[in-house]
Amino acid sequence: MSEGGFVSELVDWFADPSHWEGSFGIPTRLIEHVITSAVSVGIAAVIALPVGMYIGHTRRLEFLVVSVANIGRAIPSFGLLFLSVLVLGIGLDSPPALRPAVLIALTLLAIPPILTNTYVGVQNVDADTLEAARGMGMTEGQVLGRLELPLAAPLIMAGLRTASVQVVATATLAAVVGGGGLGRFILDGFATGNDPQIVAGALLVGLLAVATETGLSLLQRAVTPRALSKRRIDELRRPGPPPAGAPLPAA
Amino acid sequence: VTFWNWEWVGTHLDLVGEQVLEHLWLTFLAVGIGLVLSFPLAIFAYRHPRSYAPVTWITGLLYTIPSLALFALLVPLTGLSTLTAEIGLVSYTLLILIRNIVAGLAAVPDDVKESARGMGLTDRQILWRVELPLALPVVVAGIRIAAVTTIGLVTVTALIGKGGLGALMLGGFRNLYPDIAVLVGVGLSVVLAVIVDGVLLGAQRVWTPWAGTARVTAA
Repeated sequence: MSEGGFVSELVDWFADPSHWEGSFGIPTRLIEHVITSAVSVGIAAVIALPVGMYIGHTRRLEFLVVSVANIGRAIPSFGLLFLSVLVLGIGLDSPPALRPAVLIALTLLAIPPILTNTYVGVQNVDADTLEAARGMGMTEGQVLGRLELPLAAPLIMAGLRTASVQVVATATLAAVVGGGGLGRFILDGFATGNDPQIVAGALLVGLLAVATETGLSLLQRAVTPRALSKRRIDELRRPGPPPAGAPLPAA
Repeated sequence: VTFWNWEWVGTHLDLVGEQVLEHLWLTFLAVGIGLVLSFPLAIFAYRHPRSYAPVTWITGLLYTIPSLALFALLVPLTGLSTLTAEIGLVSYTLLILIRNIVAGLAAVPDDVKESARGMGLTDRQILWRVELPLALPVVVAGIRIAAVTTIGLVTVTALIGKGGLGALMLGGFRNLYPDIAVLVGVGLSVVLAVIVDGVLLGAQRVWTPWAGTARVTAA
């Protein structure tokens, strides 16, 4: 097969209107992929954020974070998906985007990066800063809400970003266990030897992953307190008086 | 049919052993080739700091592409082969390895390099005798992450006819083998990750007895 031949087959695949409609079309598969990923990361965040904040703030049960991080790295997501389906069943009565076995496997996968980053972010806040805040009469709740969380926000967002990119990648494998999502194009392409469809599916999945990474990076920049942004730090390091109206450096 | 079919495991130990070896071989190849590619790139990026951002941008992009998608993109070109599996697996090691090699080199104190230069060492001698040995703990930390990540990713290559322990998982799931094969595959893959990580950590402690080991870091 010549190069040009394959590219035109690929273009034809994307140009085929039947690939853009119905429950097997690109829009449906894309929405399934996004819903599956968003729900899994959402559930993981609801579990991991408070636990990470608690452990980071109180410095209790720190071994838990280390263990979860290590186990999370060692367990193959591919196998976790199969185990989850073997235990819970495929769940054909729920919609393709919301198969419980898939959601649980993806949630378990998303917890370690969110938990680790929340913990590290909250725990990293400078001890002198904390003491100053307590000396000023802040309650523990205020210390967490006004100091630790804003300062930890960039790292927490980085954890959510890592988790999301991983989940979007692994949600592709949901197609192997009968779920929906963009992985269907790749898996069905493998089954029928349809190379243009395999590559089309791969491009769609790749684009979604890159879009997730880029979008959440921008969001991460947006939640970074002005005092912590790189530009702000460079500004403060520059010799000479700070620009008029600039707040004093935090430390 | 029961899930805990240990009899099948007992009579198929040779199959399990074969897949463990294939798993280790695919991992070793990926991390080995990844290191061979990463070293020159990382040293170049370290010496020419302007190139660091584009290098990590490109390897970061590769790292972001889901493994199944990367394998799928390659299948029309290189077929269902070890080559396809390795191109994908090696791609994922690059970002981790390059970042750690550069970070390790950058952490070498300037006065150490200056004394080496004052003793008359050439740039090349400084790199091999001073900078790389001092960077080794951080480099090995990168190799550990790359190896553990690769052990997990190898399982996905089952979908392109390879897979090592992933082939046991997929076979168990698709009823080519009994269900227990999935658990055996997952369990052994975790065990491999823990052992390989431990061996690398042990090697690092022997090679660089002066250095400690890294604690929990953010993702």
